[in-house]
Amino acid sequence: MCGIIGVIDRHKQKMNGSGIKEALSLMNERGSGEGAGYAAYGIYPDFEDCYALHIFFDNLVEPKSKVDDIIQKWGRIVHQEEIPTKEQPNLKRNHVPWRYFFKPYTDLMPGSLTPDEDIVKYLVMEINSSAIEGALVFSSGKNMGVFKAAGWPEDVANFYKIDEYEGYIWLAHNRYPTNTPGWWGGAHPFNLLNWSVVHNGEITSYGTNQRYVESNGYQCTMFTDTEVVAYLFDLLGRHHELPSEIIVKAMAPPFWDEIDEMDDHERALNKAIRLTYGPALMNGPFAIVVATHNGIVGFTDRIKLRPLVVGEHGSRLYISSEEAAIRTMDPQVEDIHMPGAGEPVIGRVVT
Amino acid sequence: MSLGSVPLKYRIQIDRQQCMQCMRCVDNCSYGVFREEDDGNILIDSRKCTACHRCISMCPRDAINLSERPVDYRSHPLWTPEAREDVINQSRSGRIVLAGMGNAKDYPIIYDRLVLDACQVTNPSIDPLREPMELRTYLGQKPSKLDIRKQENGDFELNTKLSPNLELQTPIMIGHMSYGAISLNAQLSLAKAAAKTGTYMGTGEGGLHKDIYPYQDNMIVQVASGRFGVDINYLERGAAIEIKIGQGAKPGIGGHLPGEKVCTDVSCTRMIPAGSDAISPAPHHDIYSIEDLAQLVRGLKEATEWKKPVFVKIAAVHNVAAVAAGIARSSADAVVIDGFRGGTGASPKVFRDNVGIPIEAAVASVDQKLNDQGIRNKVSVIASGGIRNSADIAKSIALGADAVYIGTAALISMGCRVCGNCYRGLCPWGIATQREDLVSRLDPEVESEHVANLINSWTLELSELMGAAGINSIESLRGNRSRLRGYMLDEGTLDVLQVKPVGA
Ligand code: SF4
Ligand code: SF4
Repeated sequence: MCGIIGVIDRHKQKMNGSGIKEALSLMNERGSGEGAGYAAYGIYPDFEDCYALHIFFDNLVEPKSKVDDIIQKWGRIVHQEEIPTKEQPNLKRNHVPWRYFFKPYTDLMPGSLTPDEDIVKYLVMEINSSAIEGALVFSSGKNMGVFKAAGWPEDVANFYKIDEYEGYIWLAHNRYPTNTPGWWGGAHPFNLLNWSVVHNGEITSYGTNQRYVESNGYQCTMFTDTEVVAYLFDLLGRHHELPSEIIVKAMAPPFWDEIDEMDDHERALNKAIRLTYGPALMNGPFAIVVATHNGIVGFTDRIKLRPLVVGEHGSRLYISSEEAAIRTMDPQVEDIHMPGAGEPVIGRVVT
Repeated sequence: MSLGSVPLKYRIQIDRQQCMQCMRCVDNCSYGVFREEDDGNILIDSRKCTACHRCISMCPRDAINLSERPVDYRSHPLWTPEAREDVINQSRSGRIVLAGMGNAKDYPIIYDRLVLDACQVTNPSIDPLREPMELRTYLGQKPSKLDIRKQENGDFELNTKLSPNLELQTPIMIGHMSYGAISLNAQLSLAKAAAKTGTYMGTGEGGLHKDIYPYQDNMIVQVASGRFGVDINYLERGAAIEIKIGQGAKPGIGGHLPGEKVCTDVSCTRMIPAGSDAISPAPHHDIYSIEDLAQLVRGLKEATEWKKPVFVKIAAVHNVAAVAAGIARSSADAVVIDGFRGGTGASPKVFRDNVGIPIEAAVASVDQKLNDQGIRNKVSVIASGGIRNSADIAKSIALGADAVYIGTAALISMGCRVCGNCYRGLCPWGIATQREDLVSRLDPEVESEHVANLINSWTLELSELMGAAGINSIESLRGNRSRLRGYMLDEGTLDVLQVKPVGA
């Protein structure tokens, strides 16, 4: 189950959140009212150089002062505020969503090639691995943000006033939890730094993938298989600097039979990917859309056990579980098609 | 005063009504249980029986009956009959008691307390009959990351060079059993089976007989402390090289092939004089640290122009994880861990039954340690020692192994009845013997088929188990502890295995 939709405007023209809210709500059959969420890129132009840390606080006393302490140790809080919300009758408010605009002191991470990002990653892992009880970082990128809660898509959107945000990339997710509880932290999108992930499916290789990312300094604390996808993208994309096509090949590679048939160059490349990134290979039924500032990528598992539909219109590219959801957002959409199993669909910013 | 003899263990009886006096039992029992009397009657000396079942399987009239003799000692919880018999035997001989095959003590088997997972409803299982199921496994070093750049024309350029890896069509290999410990026909059967199934087998420390040369591409040549049969020709013929430090059935001690087993052919292959004892000492006399090991690893690589993976085999012992981490850093390509249930031709019984730790715990802790150090992907991990079926293999892989070695199971598929008398060189099945008449009982054509069938059927079962867990690629089973649950395992063991209890 679960409904996913992602859209990018390749010319970075902004869209407000009303369209994606409607599109997601159309897929209510794919959810259970236990989780929905949105991610939007380009929404904080006033603080575009700061990391926007979105944090759920159980209360604003103890956990918040601890979080204040730890992040102030590692950088400067440029601005902070409660994320504006509007109470919804059908949505039980469990946490206070808060946001910090934060600039790390890069000299505190000597030896790192990406010190500011490593500081933010460290803070996310530290706070979320229950070092600070009652606080959970659920979004940590620059000029982007995730908004999520346990509830129906419409209620969650209205709660966060999604209509009022303007972004050039949007992801949204309607959750049908099957193996973990419906809680705010468990709702999608999952995010680390600029990577956000929405996912429909169950990753049967979770144990292997989890161990792999953990051996590379990530900690899986959300009780769900989706967070591991965000970490894999961060590891392979940011640390290993692999292009997105290659990341997708690592996570959903061609079968050996297909690799055996390739020409020498392709075969060597694909073999190297499978050998090196075997523990990043993902199994089980899944359809995933991942976003970062310069694009989105959608792909399914290697035998396509979950649906994924792509549509285009002008500079916009849509990827969703359902054609109807895309049409709700953009009735004029053209070129509706379904990518093959494991075949990446990539939308890049081309300004 | 004499201590007298200990009671016999097995009783052989012939149903005289059924017996047609064909004398096949007399011919087949190499332990001399049966004797033909002048009047054509068969005399039985049950005391010599090892329960190897050769006579029973060859008797055309099903006339032979074998039973374990009931204990006739005063029962005692501590002083079991076995404990008392060992004392009596050692009081008489003043020697170390030898034993063949694996650990025969009644330790709980962890494999049997681990259960695998299967998909239901939300997560479809995969049908291996309709969908591709990938068990292809590569053993050897893997880089920790790749350098891939996108070129102007959109092509991807790979700038990382991979180390040589072994390609296996199934994660099941056949472990090292040397020519000397087993017969040439037995080795040939195994080698042919390895070639048929697209996998590898170990030569053991006995060198490589020229009759095995046609299968050299499927052979992993072993270098043990005795260096028997090791020269450049030997190293170059193997697909990979394995340095043997320890063995599960006898951690901490070396090997000993008695002179009686060193026939001309064995002497040539091992490069030692015929009839002389072949003793490989416990330590390699050039290895006293990881640095020394690294030198040997690199030396062997240098000798073979860095074209072959080098494995290092150790016995599963308490600090196996730390040792394995050292091996991973010695430029070795794979670490082989042999658990305390591993079989052997001959081991002091006290070692076989009391030294070492179970392979399940050893693999899990090695995998965890390598993972913690961020080098798990750098080396392959091979598990061996007491693997009895495809479920054991699936569980080993889920606990962190890349592949497994089977030994005793392969012998059983050639007829071995696990009688445990391998060290006596009289194996009636032609496996653990060099006596020509016995060796000729084993037909490599037929037996290689049996061994290949075993590997193929386990491979099929493994695909089914993976499919049930919604996994279509072996990489995704490796180290996937979330697909396992422990049943009636204590908290400490669960902790080492990193497995949750059932229901969790
Ligand atoms: S040793 Fe083997 S062949 Fe001989 S009697 Fe016993 S079971 Fe039969
Ligand atoms: S190999 Fe032969 S001697 Fe050894 S246990 Fe098997 S049947 Fe007995």
